Amino acid sequence: MDLDYGTKYEKYTKDVQSFCKKYKGVQFSDTPKVPLASNNKSGGHTVTRSEWQKILIENGYFARSVPKEYGGYGGDSDIIKSRIIATEFSNARIPGPMAGQGIDMLVPTLLELGTEEQKSMYIKPTLHGEMIWCQGYSEPNAGSDLASLQTKGELIDGNWVINGQKIWTSTAQYSQMMFCLVRTEPEASKHAGISYLLIPMDTPGIEIRPLVDMTLHAGFNEVFFTDVTIPEANIVGKRGEGWAVANATLGHERGSLANPNATMNRLNQLINRMKKETIDGKKLIEIPVYRDRLLKIQGKVIAFQSHSLRVLSSKLNPGQDVKIAKMIQKLVGTELRHELEGLGIDIMGELGTLYEDSPYLRDGGSWQFTYMYFLGLIIGGGTSQIQKNIISERGLGLPREPKVQGV
Amino acid sequence: MYFGLSEEQVFFQDNVKKFLEDQASLDVIRKIASGDSDELQKEIHQGLINLGLNALLIPEEYGGLGLDLLFAAAVSEGLGSGIAPISYIGSYIMAPIAIMHGGSNEQKENYLNKISSNKIKFGVGLSEYIAARDDSGLEVSKNKVNGKALFVIDGENATHFILSTKSGGMFIVESNDPGIELIKLTSIDKTRSYYEIILQDAKIDLLEKTTSSHEAINKTVDAGRIMLAADTVGASQVMINKSVEYAKERKQFGRVIGSFQAVKHMCAEMAAELEPCYSIVWHAAHCFDSTTEEARLMACQSKSHVSEVGKMVSKKATEVHGGMGFTDLLGLHYWFKRIGMNRQLLGSPELVRDEAGKIQGF
Repeated sequence: MDLDYGTKYEKYTKDVQSFCKKYKGVQFSDTPKVPLASNNKSGGHTVTRSEWQKILIENGYFARSVPKEYGGYGGDSDIIKSRIIATEFSNARIPGPMAGQGIDMLVPTLLELGTEEQKSMYIKPTLHGEMIWCQGYSEPNAGSDLASLQTKGELIDGNWVINGQKIWTSTAQYSQMMFCLVRTEPEASKHAGISYLLIPMDTPGIEIRPLVDMTLHAGFNEVFFTDVTIPEANIVGKRGEGWAVANATLGHERGSLANPNATMNRLNQLINRMKKETIDGKKLIEIPVYRDRLLKIQGKVIAFQSHSLRVLSSKLNPGQDVKIAKMIQKLVGTELRHELEGLGIDIMGELGTLYEDSPYLRDGGSWQFTYMYFLGLIIGGGTSQIQKNIISERGLGLPREPKVQGV
Repeated sequence: MYFGLSEEQVFFQDNVKKFLEDQASLDVIRKIASGDSDELQKEIHQGLINLGLNALLIPEEYGGLGLDLLFAAAVSEGLGSGIAPISYIGSYIMAPIAIMHGGSNEQKENYLNKISSNKIKFGVGLSEYIAARDDSGLEVSKNKVNGKALFVIDGENATHFILSTKSGGMFIVESNDPGIELIKLTSIDKTRSYYEIILQDAKIDLLEKTTSSHEAINKTVDAGRIMLAADTVGASQVMINKSVEYAKERKQFGRVIGSFQAVKHMCAEMAAELEPCYSIVWHAAHCFDSTTEEARLMACQSKSHVSEVGKMVSKKATEVHGGMGFTDLLGLHYWFKRIGMNRQLLGSPELVRDEAGKIQGF
């Protein structure tokens, strides 16, 4: 066991710290392109989000290993440095880079499988936050069984003509582009008939209908395609290889849904609230029933954070056995966060139900919002039940579901 | 940066597991549990002494191996997986730590050398420091002790005992003292023994540094808790492995039951909850070894969290085995009971969590 990053990272940590000091209290002058994105309101420097993104890239604090010609920093891929950046930014409360499905999923996919032309056209504006992407995967009849998707793409006169419908499409209404799974080979078997296409969202024939979710925000959309026509070249990988292309990035999404450091920060926020709030003059943290629930969750949060160190370590030390350890992260992380947010509500009793702009609101209603939001994350990106199938089948070697005949 | 057990730790743990597979089969455990096989138990104990279990933590200057608590945790995991019917946590982990941190140089010289050469063996009873039940509790005056201690662990063939007052002063009593009476308690866990000790004017050797500071006893308890958590992790992993094996073989409705999601999901839930337990136990042991600020919190939270997961795993694993899980035929209940015992020793989860709260100033 050696939790020290080593002397070669000491200077790097100091550099990051002095950057954080310089930009302490940095503030955005523009409204986010995607509502509910990270917001920072304390004083200090004022920059636009896009400028901030560029500052981060110039310093190597974002898009570290993306080559310079595609708008990245052009450095080596270094997990420890990424970790130091995340930790120092979090400690100093400096906003991180913009996230989103374009940055988290499309960029890695293009770097791995895109053509030279696609890389130079899309990666830079995406990293700089100038091109927002949405993901067109799920359909009304293709959720957990994603590979049964039916949105059709036909190659007619050198163009893809797309018809069908997507659902659960986050940020579609703010996006310039969609990366989309489309059935282009109807005769091929289920998984072999799919292609990965890049669709400009201003193409005629696209209709976006916002889908208001239980948090009362339109976090998702339905997207309808009627004879949407795009160039033949807007395909990543070859025809019928879309499933493999998409799977290259699904792993990125699952890993990013439940960040243990964010969970620890949220726990600390809950502890502070419990030290402040009272019932009949008694602090919540001193009331045994609430206190025990808090400490019980703290045990889980600590275990999950220690666990993330183990997974991190396996990336630096090939050969460490983390097969099941990695598979459980989405399931455990999202369920844990949901439970933690639920306690944030329960300790407040009736006050915990207040929402939006109500008087007596605590923490901007974030406990209720995040409690509901994480229920969405428990379902999205492969439901908890699908995760349990994956763990039991691929992790523990239990048999797959038997195929039902004739359905 | 490396988070996990080292090659040496895994190698040693594998040796412990292999030894127990060979020497402490379920048939052997059954014989020992029924109470008429002292010889078998002594052989297993001796075999593990030969591997060096008694000397793990003791510094080299006292004839020990000078290894750290993470190493000891790796061993504890191995012992838990094989439900080892021997003394370990009290005799070879808590006792040396109590003496190393609470004893004078002379006491260290005297006792540690003898533990590492297997000339003496300690039982340990600190339950009254954590939560005194009924009328238990020890009073020390001058060089004598009176009262009783409950749930003394590793008392089997002990030559000495380390006990404590409710306020945390630790002292040593010899088992051949005329003022000592040992009463064996009958618990669910037949793989290890638990004693009540009644003392009347028994002579004590006070661990000098424990009268004015809680540091030594807290370290001893922390280490014991991390070891119990590690034991539960090892035992829980075996219960999961047995469940998965059983689910792959047992057929109902023309299918192996492991192909039903109800069963698969129970297995996945057990695995998903247990995996982070390895991490928190190793991390807690590492914090103990490097005496970081959060060491005490980590010890408490590893014990209470792993106890909760162990409870869930032992229940679900039994259920996966259906009616057979409930029988004595499979012997699964030995692991169930071992986990159940570990949960209560050195503080049940609620008590340990409350302590974790106090440590953080809540």
